[in-house]
Amino acid sequence: MTLGRINKIETFGSVDGPGIRFVVFTQGCPMRCKFCHNPETWDFKGKDIGGVEPFDISPEDLLQKALRYKPYWGKDGGITVSGGEPLAQLDFMIEFFECAKNAGVHTCIDTSGVSFRHADAAFEKFERLMCVTDLLLVDIKHIDESAHKELTGHGNENILDFFRYLDEIKKPIWIRHVLVPGISDNDEALARTRDFIRTLGNVERVEVLPYHAFALGKYDELGIDYVLKDTQSPTAERVENANRILETASYTRWRNK
Amino acid sequence: MAEKEAWKGFKGGRWQEEINVRDFIQKNYTAYDGDKSFLQGPTDATNKLWAELQDLQKQEIAKGGVLDMDTDIVSSLTSHPAGYIAEDTKDLEKIVGLQTDKPLKRAFMPFGGIKMAEESCTNYGYTPSAELHKIFTDYHKTHNQGVFDAYTPAMRAARKAHIITGLPDTYGRGRIVGDYRRVALYGIDYLIKQKKIDKEFSDNANMTEEVARQREELAEQIKALEGMKAMAKIYGFDISEPAKNAREAVQWLYFGYLAAIKTQNGAAMSVGRVSTFIDIYMTRDLQNGVITETEAQEIIDHLVMKLRMVKFARITSYNELFSGDPVWATLEVGGIGQDGRHQVTKNDFRFLHTLVNMGPSPEPNLTVLYSPRLPENFKKFAAEISVKTSAIQYENDDTMRPIWGDDYSICCCVSATQTGKEMQFFGARANLAKTLLYAINGGKDEGLVKGMQVGPECPPITSEYLDYDEVVQKFEFYMDWIARLYVNTLNLIHYMHDKYYYEAAEMALIDTNVRRTFATGIAGFSHVIDSLCAIKYAKVKVIRDPATGLAEDFQIEGDFPRYGNDDDRADKIGIWLLKTFMRKIKQTPSYRNSEHTTSILTITSNVVYGKATGALPDGRKAGEPFSPGASPSYGAEKHGLLASLNSVAKIPYEYALDGISNTQTINPAALGHDDAERTEKLVQVLDGYFGQSSHHLNVNVFGVEKLKDAMEHPEKEEYQNFTIRVSGYAVRFIKLTREQQLDVIARQSHGVL
Repeated sequence: MTLGRINKIETFGSVDGPGIRFVVFTQGCPMRCKFCHNPETWDFKGKDIGGVEPFDISPEDLLQKALRYKPYWGKDGGITVSGGEPLAQLDFMIEFFECAKNAGVHTCIDTSGVSFRHADAAFEKFERLMCVTDLLLVDIKHIDESAHKELTGHGNENILDFFRYLDEIKKPIWIRHVLVPGISDNDEALARTRDFIRTLGNVERVEVLPYHAFALGKYDELGIDYVLKDTQSPTAERVENANRILETASYTRWRNK
Repeated sequence: MAEKEAWKGFKGGRWQEEINVRDFIQKNYTAYDGDKSFLQGPTDATNKLWAELQDLQKQEIAKGGVLDMDTDIVSSLTSHPAGYIAEDTKDLEKIVGLQTDKPLKRAFMPFGGIKMAEESCTNYGYTPSAELHKIFTDYHKTHNQGVFDAYTPAMRAARKAHIITGLPDTYGRGRIVGDYRRVALYGIDYLIKQKKIDKEFSDNANMTEEVARQREELAEQIKALEGMKAMAKIYGFDISEPAKNAREAVQWLYFGYLAAIKTQNGAAMSVGRVSTFIDIYMTRDLQNGVITETEAQEIIDHLVMKLRMVKFARITSYNELFSGDPVWATLEVGGIGQDGRHQVTKNDFRFLHTLVNMGPSPEPNLTVLYSPRLPENFKKFAAEISVKTSAIQYENDDTMRPIWGDDYSICCCVSATQTGKEMQFFGARANLAKTLLYAINGGKDEGLVKGMQVGPECPPITSEYLDYDEVVQKFEFYMDWIARLYVNTLNLIHYMHDKYYYEAAEMALIDTNVRRTFATGIAGFSHVIDSLCAIKYAKVKVIRDPATGLAEDFQIEGDFPRYGNDDDRADKIGIWLLKTFMRKIKQTPSYRNSEHTTSILTITSNVVYGKATGALPDGRKAGEPFSPGASPSYGAEKHGLLASLNSVAKIPYEYALDGISNTQTINPAALGHDDAERTEKLVQVLDGYFGQSSHHLNVNVFGVEKLKDAMEHPEKEEYQNFTIRVSGYAVRFIKLTREQQLDVIARQSHGVL
């Protein structure tokens, strides 16, 4: 049995997958995205922020906690693991989702895909995890390799590889694109992103998430410099523009589930 | 009773042989599974009248909260000539009748207490009549005088220390719901005849105190029924016979309610479960082509407009307790019948639709009797209205039906009562958080009357750190004391209320052999749980005032579980607390053999209770508001909305039959991307919460930013009708005191992840 390192639990997630979700935020992430709104999950150990302390828990115990909310899930709700980076705790994730699927729960992972390696020894584990994962929420943080590196500290090559792999195994995904003025909000990058998405056959939904500075307080508390502090949220027109370029309205499969 | 022309087309049954409205409903209602598409918008008349009324409401706010007041007429069924919203639009009013001769003019009601009636005049710059002062002090005693003549020193001390607050000892106790439907179905003459038969029944009985009292009460009821006829006549209606069509049915029913609010100024004056009943008349008229759907909606809109106008004269300190001018004109929709059929009708849609046709409003206090088994279309419509207006509340029909049947009404905020079969002796709350401090301080008060020996004298706790077992043992001792004192105080109040301020009009519309419940209440619920958890699971150091030796603050070392996180360690203490208090309440006999119940419901009094209570071992500072009702403490919830709901859902309703009130605010962004998605998610939340034996939920859907802006800019047009749910009722946010506005804002709303 592998313990999971968890930052916090949110029992009422309504925008992280279909229906009402029990959302688990794992502790630890290899990326350092400038717009990250959960910087308290970066460190793999983590510390107490606002009275919420990271903790270790077994897959079975975590599932028991989640099942307390089954009455609210109706036909489409379930568990979403977000982070942090859930795929950085692969062994735990496999055990957790195997328990969840045994209990008939819809499972979803919100991931950057950064730790995916097609040839890596971990690939077999990815495959096992995908067998018990119903849906992934993924983000093309930037379509341009160097811009991606500038924004997140990592290149996007293996992330795009991850997208292709998920398409190959026909695993349903929702793509969520954070629109950051001055970084990802330009028509050229959006068009390239669209062209990439068009090559995939497993996309059920595409969402544009306007950037917000909600996490500013957390950065202060953690003593981390917030580089985007002068960046404003995109205007409604720019959000509309991004929706148009990314053809979000044409991805409707998520509705018919 | 002979077949009446007015009943033509209705399916007959026992209801024709005796007063039995439930039987009439069960035999005749048409359940509706469809969606909202049949609903009609407001008519020109509705728009005109509503605009007129909104203008008056604005004037009322501009004048400091009261538009106009009587000072020299004692309100009675026939004290005033006919009144209308405006003279030139009176023919547009489909449903008529005002409390006084002018809209929003508050009546003078001295029977609860002349002092309070006069103070409510002087508070707003009116001069009460000297002659009435003489009459109600020299010649006629009031309820308030009776109570204060008999109060014991211990009762006065408890009242002063606010360990019991909100006692109905200066105004009407309220909470009695007459079965106003009877007026429409049977007409007044039949009701008089039945009450006369009841009275004759004891003609030859031994004249015990009980029999004598009942005979006098029946005489009062019969007089009130005659008075209702006379009152209706002032408006040009003869209500001695049954209503013949839908408009008459609504008008007759409203006259019954109007009789109640002309004669009683109870804190809560509820309308009851009238929707399905009215629908039967609507359906018959629609089928016979007597009215159109537009007219059906207009009748409901106009009834609701009247219910939005109910006002009472109140004193300033009352407003601090129950802020924003609430009257709890509570009215129910939905519910499931004993035979398994749901009771949703088109009329339930119409009532909710008034919030669209005339915008949001706190009154009437629209209550959805919820079950996951209600038709999906109706659940969706109710949730949609919640998302749009935050003006309705939900109560678990699956939890209440086994106890109260399928024809109960909600009296006051959340409390069930069998319509026409029951009445309530209600009053106040015991402040259990303060009781916990008395356990630590040996019965001495730490708040408003600091140092006063209010409770029985015992050695205080002197250890540096609090010991759980010692605290619980002493807490139980002081709970025994407060429970007994509380029940005895209410016994005295209700004896005097029956004697000096009997609710003849409401009781005339309730069975003579009435079942009585005795509704107590708890304040400070979440704080006692968290305090006991802190003492049990962390270390709590007492900081004592060197001068008095009283605990004035607490230092908590370490972490501890809190109520509101679906954590059994905390939630089980809550269950223990309720069961223990209820057991103690039952040990003292209650007035008129009524049945003891309790509620975990504070309304907005959580602010006043908090003000009078010192620092608590859970970290709440002295004077800070309590969390309202059974809601978890502010900031205690660390795992989101559903964990909080699950904690509250564990509290056993069977031990709190008067209700377990839970208020939650959800940020729209946290509920979904758009209104359609929000509606869908809210239905899932309601299904989940009410699927597990919970009782009540107030749902607010808005962000903190909107509240802050409304507080700073109450003059903005968009905030004029901005309605929010607080513990037990809805209120116009701009009419709350600033203190309460800040309290509402302080409560963390369940926001974006």
